[in-house]
Amino acid sequence: MSTLIREARASYAFVERNINLIKRYWGWEIVWLSYSVANSLAVTYIGAGMGYISGQTVDTQFLIMYLLIGTLVWHFLSVVFDVVSETVAWERWEGTIEYTLMAPISRFTHLVGTTLFSLIYAFFHTAVILAAVVLFFRLDLSGANLGGAALVLLAGSVSFIGLGIVAAILPLLFPERGAQMTHVVQAVLLLVSGIYYPVEVLPDWLQLVSRLSPATYVLRGMRAAILDGAPLVELRATALPLLVLGVVLVPLGVFVFQQAERFAKRTGRLSRDG
Amino acid sequence: MLPLKDEHVALRLVDVCKTFKREKRRKGRWPWQAPHADETATLVRALDHVSLEVRRHEIFGILGPNGSGKSTLVRVVSTLLLPDSGRVEVFGYDVVREEQAVKRLINRVSVEAAFFKKLSAMENLIFGARLYGLPGAEARRRIVAILERLGLDEEATYQPVEDLSRGMQQKVAIARAFLTQPILLLLDEPTTGLDPRSRREVQAFVRELRDTHDATILLTTHDMQEAEQLCDRVAIIDRGRIVASGTPAALKAQVAPPDGAAPTLEDVFLALTGRPLVEWADEEKEVVA
Ligand SMILES: Nc1ncnc2c1ncn2[C@@H]1O[C@H](COP(=O)(O)OP(=O)(O)OP(=O)(O)O)[C@@H](O)[C@H]1O
Ligand SMILES: [Mg+2]
Repeated sequence: MSTLIREARASYAFVERNINLIKRYWGWEIVWLSYSVANSLAVTYIGAGMGYISGQTVDTQFLIMYLLIGTLVWHFLSVVFDVVSETVAWERWEGTIEYTLMAPISRFTHLVGTTLFSLIYAFFHTAVILAAVVLFFRLDLSGANLGGAALVLLAGSVSFIGLGIVAAILPLLFPERGAQMTHVVQAVLLLVSGIYYPVEVLPDWLQLVSRLSPATYVLRGMRAAILDGAPLVELRATALPLLVLGVVLVPLGVFVFQQAERFAKRTGRLSRDG
Repeated sequence: MLPLKDEHVALRLVDVCKTFKREKRRKGRWPWQAPHADETATLVRALDHVSLEVRRHEIFGILGPNGSGKSTLVRVVSTLLLPDSGRVEVFGYDVVREEQAVKRLINRVSVEAAFFKKLSAMENLIFGARLYGLPGAEARRRIVAILERLGLDEEATYQPVEDLSRGMQQKVAIARAFLTQPILLLLDEPTTGLDPRSRREVQAFVRELRDTHDATILLTTHDMQEAEQLCDRVAIIDRGRIVASGTPAALKAQVAPPDGAAPTLEDVFLALTGRPLVEWADEEKEVVA
């Protein structure tokens, strides 16, 4: 029991510290948030403009919602990814990583604490964007199953945590290049997950890859819930692979991180001068 | 607190070796090109069959020039580096097999004060305290007390660490380590780069820690005077090897300086290695092909 309390406190340490960091770098936060809002609006306007572009009558309302869900989910996933990998890269840069790894806590606690923060932060960020978009577009959510959509996102968050932990390994091993590699992983997810289009338009082999991305199922589930108002029973089909992916990805991520940590300790990669 | 497996020996190193591989690549060559003849990786033997024992409540000094392996030794003890061979025990716990137990007994202060520079001392220390399971309120209380003891005023406590002087940063670093009440404290050049006054303050605090807080202290230094005044026993390390160890007095008794004056630890180092301690240049580190 006392161990559990200790680990919970340690988890919270990461959340609190990152909130403190945000307070110090609030200028950047505003810049980033503004950029994200503009970006999401721009994507959503593609839906609004589709009628003009094609010269045909299209269901603009549907397209707007379709793209909006895509941009919001993508934003959510990117924030989780960026925050987790940046946090580790940042700790390497400041040299605090040695102190964090020296603390008597389990790696699970450490990584869950870091990703927990990223989830809270991503929820907040996405909510702000959504609020901004609502000012620009008249959204009709009368037929949407919003509770179902939230559940799908929640189930997806577990897998996103797993992916985030995997993303944290790269900056642990490669202080500079690690962040670059994280972006490559992100780019692949962007391409295959069907963010702005159905995965069915992709070549067959990319469709196969898309099945491994949790974002594919999150998007499918959320679109079913919001656009078609699919009831919970129907959402099971997307929630299940998400839970399976989550159950696999989180322990796998922690395990691989531990291996990377051992490697770093054997070869002396943790210290700045090394 | 964790029961100790060995009540009397705080730290034991037996035949510890650590080698680093350093890849040498010429500028402007692509990573996938086959290495040039002069680009072969070199091995740096940072610890070469190191054995030593630090008894409980001792202040034990590791004295050596730049690149002699002091920091590597401290990192191996603090579970940040895995030894290639040999055994390292902290109060009887093995640093590799019983890592978590060791982590609960130790803390470390490094030369460079590693902090989130934009956060305040308080924020950095709260983070550190929580990692060790301290509740926030108690951590805050302790932090205020320690920083006050170390002579940091209230205002400095809430300023970004980057605005503090090097001496103050080092004090915050010591506070971070002390906060978790380690019974083995590893200090890697704790006074390097400090002005004489801060240096004396830090040294006094180290003594106080040992005398009033059941702490054992391992500190590295290349300052002869510090080793002599502060340490109960000293080991001299050169190119990864311990060349001598004992009380400062016993070490000095080993050598008779040419002019008949009282010998210093400097003379001891010179006599044992054939080189002066201070002029030891960085690029002369031992390189094993
Ligand atoms: N992480 C690392 N990767 C590669 N080589 C390393 C690493 N850490 C230390 N070395 C090398 O091992 C040797 C010993 O270094 P170490 O930092 O232990 O010396 P030191 O006695 O602490 O020196 P200083 O007084 O400069 O701090 C040096 O040659 C150093 O370059
Ligand atoms: Mg050093």
